Amino acid sequence: MYGLGILKGFRVTLKNFIRKPFTVQYPEERLKQAPRFRGQEFVWYEERCTGCASCAKYCPLGIIRIVTDPDGGDEQEGGSYKIDVFDIDQGRCMYCGLCVEACPYDALHMGSTFEGAQATRADLVITMEVLKERPKHPSTWFRPQLEQAGVDPFGGAPVEWEDAGREAFAWHPKRLQAESKSGPEGSPPASAEGSPPGGGGG
Amino acid sequence: MTLRTEPVVVSIGPHHPSTHGVFRMRLTFDGENIVDAEPVIGYLHRGTEKLAEERQYTQVITLTDRLDYVSSMTSNQAFVLSCEKLIGLDVPDRGMYLRVIASELQRIVSHLIGVGFFLQELGGFGGTALMYAFRERERILDLFEMLCGARITVSYARIGGVFADAPADFWPALRRVLDDLPGYTDELEALVFESEIVQARTKGVSVIDPVLAVNASLTGPVLRGSGVAWDWRKAAPYDVYDRVDFDVPVGENGDNYDRFWVRIQEVRQSLRIVEQCVVQIEPGPVRATDAMLFRPPPGEAYVPTESPKGELGFYLVSDGSIAPYRCHVRAPSFINLSLFKEMLVGWKLADAIVSLGSLDFNMGEVDR
Ligand code: SF4
Ligand code: SF4
Repeated sequence: MYGLGILKGFRVTLKNFIRKPFTVQYPEERLKQAPRFRGQEFVWYEERCTGCASCAKYCPLGIIRIVTDPDGGDEQEGGSYKIDVFDIDQGRCMYCGLCVEACPYDALHMGSTFEGAQATRADLVITMEVLKERPKHPSTWFRPQLEQAGVDPFGGAPVEWEDAGREAFAWHPKRLQAESKSGPEGSPPASAEGSPPGGGGG
Repeated sequence: MTLRTEPVVVSIGPHHPSTHGVFRMRLTFDGENIVDAEPVIGYLHRGTEKLAEERQYTQVITLTDRLDYVSSMTSNQAFVLSCEKLIGLDVPDRGMYLRVIASELQRIVSHLIGVGFFLQELGGFGGTALMYAFRERERILDLFEMLCGARITVSYARIGGVFADAPADFWPALRRVLDDLPGYTDELEALVFESEIVQARTKGVSVIDPVLAVNASLTGPVLRGSGVAWDWRKAAPYDVYDRVDFDVPVGENGDNYDRFWVRIQEVRQSLRIVEQCVVQIEPGPVRATDAMLFRPPPGEAYVPTESPKGELGFYLVSDGSIAPYRCHVRAPSFINLSLFKEMLVGWKLADAIVSLGSLDFNMGEVDR
């Protein structure tokens, strides 16, 4: 019979009419993102960063600018460069997360927010000072250790730099300094499950 | 007595004439009938192929997200498959399964958008079905967010597998989506494909002859709508498509209706594939290598894949350095546009928009 198909269609519409709404009223109501959400506002731990610039090299857009001072410490002995500039031009960032994937020391993490509007493009460049101040709510993207620890970037507690790495990080010079006062020696650098990038096996 | 009139050239666009991207068509009308049609493309050209030549292989994955932005997973997969062939990498099983699950979910998303916009383009009761389609799409995008932290620009695949295993809460969420989607597909079919108005508007319109379709190198649902059962997942199975069981739905007449009908049937087949993958997948590594820098031996590689739009492949030439010497994208949307004129001439403007939509092309991929 002609029109039967249309009636069937109306039945579907009616069914949906009485369904609970799927939409939420942003910004009053907010949906929670997944922990792996690759958000704005990178989380950067200056204690962990060695200034190796792997992140800058891996960024497909080349928007991370790092200036280091080689006099900062003894690199051969596990020391870090002194970092003078660490700028991320977020205005051009596509949040691909390759910089985070490349960071061998788990110093750089994706952030978890998404509302980063600024009045000018220049304000979108986040500098080392801003990065230092930021609350540390790293996303668990490419950080299986944070995922295992059950880190919740949305409303959970901030993550301290000691807990953000994929190893005990006992050989870090600052940790060693702190421990040499109390006694035990740190384990040798780069243990088997240590620092090389990757670990995607999960 | 017939009234003699001058043909009128109307430029439609550049805007989203059928919400597929920035596209312009120059139509010549005689009254309301189209006598000539010419696509004008290039408004979304970003030089992806050239950009790829200046980037390391892993970095190019982020560019492939932006080719067909409603189906990034399949673009990622197509690119890494070519890279793996170039490098000679074997991918662990779990990595391949995860890639197939993600790609099939992406195919569902792409087809839902295609079918949702189909009604929008028909004009009448647009919006309703589109919003239903978007509601289901939203749930799949949430799954992607769990997997890889992004919804559209996913960058999930990596050379040698995927970047990480799915989180534990992904599987129950996937189960819920898999339970709901078949019922939803029935609803959409009742709403769209059984409606007499839709049938009257689309059956027999813009028929593509199978011989012409093959000669014009059409692929994907556009080709299958004309009755040619050609699917790269069957013809040259990549990843784990040879271990799953699925049908290749084909249309009969090659008209607008059949092209959309094929898409909605493919949603069902994709659900079947995902169901089987969920059963077959076993614990294990998901990535063959953690390396981010590759130096493939000089040579070339091309792996054809079946993206939701048709045959998508990346032709890569390596000169032994860390970046491809040449990267050519065989974009299905671009080649499917080649019968643009043949499809439109003789039909009316209102049909032209629907015919255009039935190609389900994506300007990100056409212009690259
Ligand atoms: S997320 Fe991607 S684009 Fe943004 S800084 Fe990192 S590597 Fe560069
Ligand atoms: S890769 Fe990590 S450790 Fe190296 S400079 Fe970047 S943030 Fe610092």
